[in-house]
Amino acid sequence: MHGSTRKSGIDRMALVSNTEQVDRIAEKLVEAEKIKGRSLWRDSMDRFLRNKAAVGAMIVLFLVVLFTIIGPYFAQWSNEEIDWDRMGNLAKVGAPSIENGHYFGLDTNSRDLYARTIQGIRTSLLVGVIGAVVAVVIGTLYGAVSGFVGGRIDNLMMRAVDILIAIPYMFVIILLMVIFERSFFMLFVGIGIVGWLDMSRIVRGQTLSLKNREFVEAAHAGGVGWFTIITRHIVPNLLGVVVVYATLLVPAMILTESFISFLGLGVQEPNTSLGALISEGAGTILYGTMWQLGFPLFFFLVIIISLFFIGDGLRDALDPKDR
Amino acid sequence: MTKMPRILFAGLLSTTMLTTAAFAAVVPAGTQLAEDQTFTYRVLDEHSSVDPQVVEDVSGSEIVRDLFEGLYNQDADGNLVPGVALSHTSNDDKTVFTFKLRPDAKWSNGDPVTAGDFVYAWQRLVDPELASPYQWFGEIMSIENVAEIIAGEKPITDLGVTAVDDTTLEVRLTSSLPHFPLMTTHASTFPSPEAVIAEFGADWTKPENIVSNGAYVLTEHKPNERSVRERNPMYWDNANTVIDKVVALVINDENVAFQRYEAGELDRTEIPSGQYPELKVSHPDEATVFPRLCSYYYNVNLRENGPEELKDARVRQALSLAIDRDIIVEKVTAGGQFPAYTFTPEATAGFSVPDVEAANMTQAERDAAAKALMAEAGYPDGFDAQLIYNTSEGHKKIAIAVSQMWKQKLGVNVELANQEWKTFLETRGNGDFDIARAGWCGDYNEASTFLDLVDSGSGYNDSAYNNPMVDDLLMQAKSADDRGPIYTKIEQIIADEVPIIPIYHYAGNYMLDTDLGGWPVNNVEQNWYSKDLYKIAE
Amino acid sequence: MLRYIARRLLVAVPTLLVLIIIAFFLMQTAPGGPFTSERPLPPQVLANIEARYGLDQPLLKQLWTYLVNIVTQLDFGPSYQYKDRSVNDIIAAGFPVTLTYGSISFLVASLVGIGLGVLAAIRHNTLLDYIAVGATFSAQALPNFVMAPILIFVFTLQLGWLPGGGWNDGQWQYLVMPVIALSTSYMASIARITRASMLEVMNSNFIRTARAKGLPDSAIIWRHALKPTLMPVVSYLGPAFVGMITGSVIIDIYFSTGGIGRGYVNSALNRDYSVMLGLTILYGALTILFNLVVDVIYAWLDPKIRY
Repeated sequence: MHGSTRKSGIDRMALVSNTEQVDRIAEKLVEAEKIKGRSLWRDSMDRFLRNKAAVGAMIVLFLVVLFTIIGPYFAQWSNEEIDWDRMGNLAKVGAPSIENGHYFGLDTNSRDLYARTIQGIRTSLLVGVIGAVVAVVIGTLYGAVSGFVGGRIDNLMMRAVDILIAIPYMFVIILLMVIFERSFFMLFVGIGIVGWLDMSRIVRGQTLSLKNREFVEAAHAGGVGWFTIITRHIVPNLLGVVVVYATLLVPAMILTESFISFLGLGVQEPNTSLGALISEGAGTILYGTMWQLGFPLFFFLVIIISLFFIGDGLRDALDPKDR
Repeated sequence: MTKMPRILFAGLLSTTMLTTAAFAAVVPAGTQLAEDQTFTYRVLDEHSSVDPQVVEDVSGSEIVRDLFEGLYNQDADGNLVPGVALSHTSNDDKTVFTFKLRPDAKWSNGDPVTAGDFVYAWQRLVDPELASPYQWFGEIMSIENVAEIIAGEKPITDLGVTAVDDTTLEVRLTSSLPHFPLMTTHASTFPSPEAVIAEFGADWTKPENIVSNGAYVLTEHKPNERSVRERNPMYWDNANTVIDKVVALVINDENVAFQRYEAGELDRTEIPSGQYPELKVSHPDEATVFPRLCSYYYNVNLRENGPEELKDARVRQALSLAIDRDIIVEKVTAGGQFPAYTFTPEATAGFSVPDVEAANMTQAERDAAAKALMAEAGYPDGFDAQLIYNTSEGHKKIAIAVSQMWKQKLGVNVELANQEWKTFLETRGNGDFDIARAGWCGDYNEASTFLDLVDSGSGYNDSAYNNPMVDDLLMQAKSADDRGPIYTKIEQIIADEVPIIPIYHYAGNYMLDTDLGGWPVNNVEQNWYSKDLYKIAE
Repeated sequence: MLRYIARRLLVAVPTLLVLIIIAFFLMQTAPGGPFTSERPLPPQVLANIEARYGLDQPLLKQLWTYLVNIVTQLDFGPSYQYKDRSVNDIIAAGFPVTLTYGSISFLVASLVGIGLGVLAAIRHNTLLDYIAVGATFSAQALPNFVMAPILIFVFTLQLGWLPGGGWNDGQWQYLVMPVIALSTSYMASIARITRASMLEVMNSNFIRTARAKGLPDSAIIWRHALKPTLMPVVSYLGPAFVGMITGSVIIDIYFSTGGIGRGYVNSALNRDYSVMLGLTILYGALTILFNLVVDVIYAWLDPKIRY
């Protein structure tokens, strides 16, 4: 119809010049801004939570931690008290039993394995997780910078790593022990100083590959500073392998701790760790005291398996290509 | 601190009455010997050397005793029997000894063993150029000019040993040592082949070069794995040697060693710690324990910098009383050891353990006395202290048990600190401790080898115990005719003052295969010779 | 590439030198020395011993003499602990042993580990994945000091198939258990890293393109996916190889092989300085060498990498 066009044009004009309606539109626009955009991290978190195995593993790990907190309330013996009556006859009377209060049986020194395992899990989880985190952080940054910068600085940094790998670790530990006396903190230092070396090499290798990719080139072209490129572009793409290696590091650290204890630096008696318990238990399997190895090894296995699923879940969640 | 020449006194070991019969394997009549006369045993660690003048560890000495032969050997009961020497005479002062050597002793390359070989060896022992860790043994032997030679002031040819002729060896001492012949069973005094050493230098002990005068020669050596020695046909008593081949396997872990023993790969291994009660029942003919000449004890730091609480003798007595030694030897170490309330072991020749009060009380009585003493000293609620020991499962077990006893009974909170071996030695040697674990084995079979440790001048007095009265008594004992009462007095003082807390006296323990015969269980120094062993047919 | 390798080899010399200097001074700071013993030696005796070994010289002079001896005569000094042998003797006796069982373990661990990892990745979230991963758990859960006594218990004591230890010049019966114990220690890590890396690679664009082109799985894996997958694996394998051929203390202790892994720990505990330094140099040289090898392999795996 002839009149409609003219009318819509006048109507449109009328819309725009109608301030009330403009206000309403403006309000709606402001509200639209408040709706947050979904970040990639949020995406990852969602995907992780959807991974049943990973969530299951987190729950299991949480239960283990809960066990270490609540477990002591059920313990009838402390972790250092010797059961004098049952001593010297462990194969026969040292087995796990509910009646005599030794739920996990007795350890090689006739002390309650239940209380000691709880305390050992606590120590080992702390050592393993914190140690791995420290190694990951230092190793990743060091390796990424070295690989990215390349050239002479890469050479220098990696030769330094070569030297550090080859230095007799035992002397460093002995020295630490002599200068600083044994303490829990020193144990972390002792483990932390070597944990990051292998990680840095792996990260550097990956970085050497990644830095030639197009998106890095693009970031360069866009004028992004090199440190930001490393932290915002390279590291997130490394995380898959880093996370998996980190979950491998935790049990390795737990076992390294028992080696350090041999040198006198580690956890001191009567405190113990899973590594020490496993080590003691392994020596006595011949003599009919299987539980001494069984219980600590069981928890060690649970921790390893949970960490694997969590690590795998994280890797899946963080992989930017896995859609 | 230089060691003063010691004057050793005879115990029951008479040094002048030696038979001249050949002593080797004493095989009971009617025993059928096995076809394969190979003896395989386990050693904990690789030995340091098989050079007689250099060897310093037990596993090395075992090998050296088979490869070389000194003036005298020991029989199964620890008595002296002829080796290269047939007999000896001495002057009235006991400062000059003349040894008559047998004319038929030979090196494995056919050369005769002469007195000159002993002169060479003993000069070599104290030669600063060789720098043997056992130079100080020469000083114990009190040979003329030893100290000056070690200090480099006189040449080694000035040493007080002379080869009067090929079969006569003369030794001149600087002090009277009736026991001098006892020392000739020690590996450091064994002869060495001058020509071979001149030719090969430091490589002379390799199997392809070595020449020895004992019942065996070294045929194979794989470091940290095994060493093999085989019959030396040139040995003067070879006809009486039964075992053809001896294999020493280095197995560091005692449980693995036990498994291999069970699998038949070994004839002898140590009983894994704590397993003796079970094995006594399951393997009654194989699990063997016997007394040893060693003591296990804790040093208490009595230096200025030591803990205040431990300076009070009552506190130390309380600590000693509160230890239930029966539990320790029966349940913790469980290896046939002997609870110790005094320092010197019962097994020492010519020594009888003095009767101290603590030994006769029940543990309940000891605990009560301990509590009373602590209260009297002003520590009814206990105190804190630190106990150091070198890393080892065994030491750890004992330390855990003792610390728990102290905590439960006296409220003494002991922090346990293990250190690796060298750090531990430094820490203990420097007196940087409260309480430190220690062990001592006798150098010879007489009580002074233990009691000299509490002499304030002794370099091994880690507690830094200083009691002039004890020093005096020790001095008297050296020249007294009847040392028994003096030793008893010293032990009584030790029990009262507790500079060291004795825990137990060692027992040697082995799993010995039933087909192995001749093991010298009565020799407390455990100087064993493969030539005295034999394998029975099964 | 050749110029790069040459440059790296040149740099290796000062790197080793720095290592030696650090290790030398580090050792001296630890308490105790080679002659600290339960029965302290009389001072004169100690003085004689130190004079003989040159330990009474100032430290810098000792270091200089040590370096000169190595360069001119390839003589790494005497052992202070094992007085009949020199460091050269000890390394010559022990290194071939460790090298043998280490290399074999490495081959086994890499082949099995990478194989398991690839399998698990391409059959992600299926039964095969879980079995492969489960196998790695078992390997990890039994650290070698637990596995070794169990192996001896089963194979020597119960079955009687294998000797309980020793080396016997490397006869195969003596190799089996050490190789099993050593390779399983590393297998789990190799498998997991391979798996994780392959999963990432399988999701990348160029694999998607290959699939879209209709290439069969085997071609995709072998021709396209394997090389990029191996990058992080190779980073791990380099140090792992060096670790295996220089030193498994646990294997040496439990199986009495006479290898140098034990020698390393012993020399530290005994303060046998010359052996310690000699082994450190060996370890350092091998580390430097194989890190170079790994870097060269990187360039082969990823053609875009330039040095």
